[in-house]
Amino acid sequence: MSDMLKSYRFREERESDWRKLDLILTRAENGGVKGLSDDEMTALPRLYRQAVSSLSVARSISLDQNVITYLESLCTRAYFFVYGARTTLGERMMDFLRRGWPQAVCGAVWPTLLSFLFLFGGVGLAFVLCLQDMEWFWTFHGENFFDGRNPDATVEYLRSTIYTQDGENGQSELAAFSSFLFNNNAQISLFAFALGFAFGVPTAWLLLYNGVSLGSMYAVFWQKGLGYEFTGWLMIHGVTELFAIVLAGAAGFVIGGAVAFPGQKTRLASARASGQKAATMAMGCVIMLVIAALLEGFGRQLINSDTARYAIAVTSLFLWCAYFYLPRRERDL
Amino acid sequence: MTHTPAPARPGISMEAAQRRRARLAEQMRVGKMTRTLVTPEGAKIHLKLASVAERAGAFAIDVAIQWAIVIGSLLALGYTMRAMGYDEANVAFAFWLVFYFFVRNFYYIFFEIGRKAATPGKRALGLRVAARNGGRLTADSVLARNFMREVEIGLPLQFLLMGGDQVGAWIALLGLTWSGVFLFFPVFNKDKMRVGDLLAGTWVIKTPKAQLMQDIVSAVSSPERASRFAFTPQQADAYGIHELHVLEDVLRQSTPEIKQQVAARIRAKVGWERGTGETDLAFLEAYYSALRKRLEQRMLLGERKSDKYDVKG
Repeated sequence: MSDMLKSYRFREERESDWRKLDLILTRAENGGVKGLSDDEMTALPRLYRQAVSSLSVARSISLDQNVITYLESLCTRAYFFVYGARTTLGERMMDFLRRGWPQAVCGAVWPTLLSFLFLFGGVGLAFVLCLQDMEWFWTFHGENFFDGRNPDATVEYLRSTIYTQDGENGQSELAAFSSFLFNNNAQISLFAFALGFAFGVPTAWLLLYNGVSLGSMYAVFWQKGLGYEFTGWLMIHGVTELFAIVLAGAAGFVIGGAVAFPGQKTRLASARASGQKAATMAMGCVIMLVIAALLEGFGRQLINSDTARYAIAVTSLFLWCAYFYLPRRERDL
Repeated sequence: MTHTPAPARPGISMEAAQRRRARLAEQMRVGKMTRTLVTPEGAKIHLKLASVAERAGAFAIDVAIQWAIVIGSLLALGYTMRAMGYDEANVAFAFWLVFYFFVRNFYYIFFEIGRKAATPGKRALGLRVAARNGGRLTADSVLARNFMREVEIGLPLQFLLMGGDQVGAWIALLGLTWSGVFLFFPVFNKDKMRVGDLLAGTWVIKTPKAQLMQDIVSAVSSPERASRFAFTPQQADAYGIHELHVLEDVLRQSTPEIKQQVAARIRAKVGWERGTGETDLAFLEAYYSALRKRLEQRMLLGERKSDKYDVKG
């Protein structure tokens, strides 16, 4: 009697192909594409299409729950394999460095300017306020500021923090400190990106806050006549670091803008379109901050000449701008 | 207005009607978590969205793994630092701090950007990340959905640890409420998306591996057994698709006692005399084949009999 069951005959005819596909998928999932032979790679699309058509047929003729559940799961796995990402991690990274990152940054000039204004607006504000009345420094930093670099410090002490003295062996401590700063900065950049979702308001505040703490510090050194030296000390890595923070803020504003003003698209589609671009920028910021930390940890301790510091600062600014904004030829199209 | 029970079908008890309603409600619930993906070949694949509880479970596993990595590496570092000088130890600690940052922020990205598109926690629960439009899951999306975690988890945590004086506590409470919106976002949308998913255009689906088992019908294929169990069309019409599926489950995974009870009930319902030397298993398998054959035939003609109460005409 069972030879009259259509669903049974249907299954008998195709089962071996299903199992073949299952085997290939299991191997590929465990060992990657490299584990597959050429024959299997060529058989895969055919087996996939067959499984998908089997599923549609089975839905209309079979009441065997197990078969339908199995095919459903098999087709889902096969679909994600066949249409999934084929590129390796290395290729993705190359693509990110070559196109994704500079394109994302280049496409967000206005948010970058806005972010720049907030950060350096904070710097300028704190600088001017502190020069007029140093009490502001304590307002910004709090009384329990752990560092010795405050308005009460002597010129000699401040100068000693800018240059590495001969025979000083605090190198390793500074390395630890610069990696701590990297942690802090990178976490703040990711935060600035993520907080952009709340219409960019917290991002603006974060930028302003960081600008204020930098500006008030600047005022301390400026007042003691160390402005030129401090700029060199700061900018050797600061160009990269501040640029990264500005871009992180810009990433936040890109999202905030897309959520607040979706334009023709739905709010959801708008957030999605800009979210991916902004995430690319945020990823780039982390890379920039790693470079900044290296410049800070090694470059600044080893190079004590102001001229060399300025040279590095200007060169790095030039390189970053060229990398992001110089138009480039489309090669692979 | 008084509550009136649904009009009872002939021969359906109150209790059975309640069970049926509960079953239909459950089906609706499952249906709400299912999305249809049309492949480029034009075929439909049903994707089941992961529930909030599953997502939370996967996240808990991942956090546990992250902590294990952080604590494990810190212990190893502490052990080797004792052998080092002061300077070397500082440099080693500097590197560990960077390592910590990457474990904290890139653990999820590292795993989701790979072929399996799932962290170990998600894999353990049979989940994966997929693009909402059915296309390729891009690296940008993975970055976007994971950088947002900072706001969804980190922010409420920070407000929770804040506090201090009276004003501080109020600010913390306000912040906690505000950031709680992000944390509980997945609970309040039908696609169970996090804010990160929303921004990245992704969702998390279930991809359980199913095993293909022996077709029960194949056990009854011998002509000797076929002739022994000849059911009349009326007998084969006694049940519907739901009962067929329940019977399939009974045959595949229940104990002999349950099989015996089920067999007794079916015999009573269809009026089948137990023959000599007839085992419960053989009877159930034979009845399953007969019922499936009958229902599949009717399905080909366009009538799906959903359960035993589904009588038309």
